[in-house]
Amino acid sequence: MNIYVLLKQVPGTSDVKMDEETGTMIRTEHKNVINPLDENALAEAIRLRDVMPEAKVTAISMGPPHAQKALREAIALGADEAVLLSHRGFGGSDTLATSKALAKALVTLAGGKLGKNDLVLCGERATDGETGQVGPMVSAILDVPVVTYVRKIDCENHAIVAERVVEEGLELIKASLPAVVTVIKDINQPGFPTLSGKLKAKSREIPVITPLDLGLSSDDVGLQGSPTRVVKVFRPRLSRDTIMCRQDSAGTAVDNLISFLEERGVV
Amino acid sequence: MYRGVMIIGEQRGGELHPVTYELLARGRALADKLSEELSCVVLGHDMERFAEGIIQRGADVVYIVDNPLLRNFLPRPYTSVLTRLAKEVKPEIVLAAATTQGRTIMPLVAAKLDTGLTADCTGLDIDPLDRSLLQTRPAIGGNVMATIKTPASRPQMATVRPKSTKPLSADKARSGRVVLKSYEKDMFTTCEELVRFVKDATQDVNVQDADIVVSGGKGLKTRDNFCMIEELASLFGAAVGATRDVVDLGWVGYPHQIGLSGKTVSPKLYIALGLSGSVQHLAGMQTSETIVAINKDPDAQIFKVADFGIVGDLFDVVPELIEKLKERKNGKLRREG
Repeated sequence: MNIYVLLKQVPGTSDVKMDEETGTMIRTEHKNVINPLDENALAEAIRLRDVMPEAKVTAISMGPPHAQKALREAIALGADEAVLLSHRGFGGSDTLATSKALAKALVTLAGGKLGKNDLVLCGERATDGETGQVGPMVSAILDVPVVTYVRKIDCENHAIVAERVVEEGLELIKASLPAVVTVIKDINQPGFPTLSGKLKAKSREIPVITPLDLGLSSDDVGLQGSPTRVVKVFRPRLSRDTIMCRQDSAGTAVDNLISFLEERGVV
Repeated sequence: MYRGVMIIGEQRGGELHPVTYELLARGRALADKLSEELSCVVLGHDMERFAEGIIQRGADVVYIVDNPLLRNFLPRPYTSVLTRLAKEVKPEIVLAAATTQGRTIMPLVAAKLDTGLTADCTGLDIDPLDRSLLQTRPAIGGNVMATIKTPASRPQMATVRPKSTKPLSADKARSGRVVLKSYEKDMFTTCEELVRFVKDATQDVNVQDADIVVSGGKGLKTRDNFCMIEELASLFGAAVGATRDVVDLGWVGYPHQIGLSGKTVSPKLYIALGLSGSVQHLAGMQTSETIVAINKDPDAQIFKVADFGIVGDLFDVVPELIEKLKERKNGKLRREG
């Protein structure tokens, strides 16, 4: 069984700059981390591997060269292998172009086709883009089942049973393998790097894959391969005309609040 | 030639979910600007009874795909049917709700159609110059808004954040066509199966569906104190929200978490208590219509996005507020009685 984890390096804070011209995000090496939900996906992959004989966890990321830091961290946390899709040509990819590249990488790593017991895991969404589109898009391109918003996974032979959290409750979904599963925070509590993992991460070579390696042309990836374009970036009107009161013993602040709510028609 | 606007109606447990009416209002506005038709697709079993209501709320055409195998939402058959229908009808715009269903099915269909998709839009408009769809969404944790276009691929696809539009009221005079579509059996084959569905009572008040949300943070100090938030919420008929800290402490479950790694809400009223307003939390609630904050610290970030702020000790202010709201309620009842 091969478990592939798609992970994205994201800014540690939401302090990201945007290239006003292309509308794409400028990523610098500063304070980048593994997308938190992808860390849950990785922890789940490791958990499944540890109960499954001969299972292997491979972390895959697409990003600038410094995204290899996130992959080293993944190895320190317990991944067996890691590969990085990195090349100028990938820059500016939207979710569809990213998904095409990742799907191609998965097929290539699996030797032409995902195996009958293979599983692809990723976070339900990333904290920077927040689209949640890459997981399902990868599954559509690979033509394999997808289960989204998952908080529990049980593996059976050639199938998984997953708990999917939806608005009104919980769905128990059975899907055949290979499949893509996107996870939510409830699934587990990610662990910490081990000493042996850290040592392994230091010495480990992380292969870098280019569009050419995947047989992708410049029309398939990057801005050219992306159907969407950011045409404008602007700041929303954030500051409101705040009415400020100070609490006092006479209770005027609360009275003012209640009349304010009455005026707005919310009580 | 791609023409017209198509919205994907949301079916849950054999009922049409009201978010469909929000999509119809969005779709109607866009279709009118383009002078084109608005269509609505409904997948499921025994759903034809909703067609009339869908037309009354703005659709010109309703496509019904009826099959017992579509009774529950499953990605594979839903993707097959919607992809096929989009290829037949060729709409220039396809919209669905940014719900667990919409956010799952739209990337699948977009990838099959090899076209662009924009998630979680709060604003949609038509560019008067080239008639293309302007898709506006919060980006980078809601700190900026980005407007996105799909210049060369069709259809242009977007999911729309629930509660970001008011539905149109039903117009009984409106008329439209109902088209029943049927497809061959292998369109409905699936490799996923819904084994069972368990309704979660704690999710009965969904924070994203609520008109009022009362949220608490670490400032409450203990789980017992957090009951204050719950009491205030029940007085308002509101949903309970929480910061990440509070969820991590286990005071309430993850479905209540508001912010970047939790839910994004934009209710009519958001009341923030004992939370300072981290960037992550603000990202999940700053688009609320009215924001009220109570905090000890006059410099707390939450006041920057608040319409009404009280600087004070919440252990004094909140009980007082609860007391006065109760009095007000009782007074009202007496007057009415």
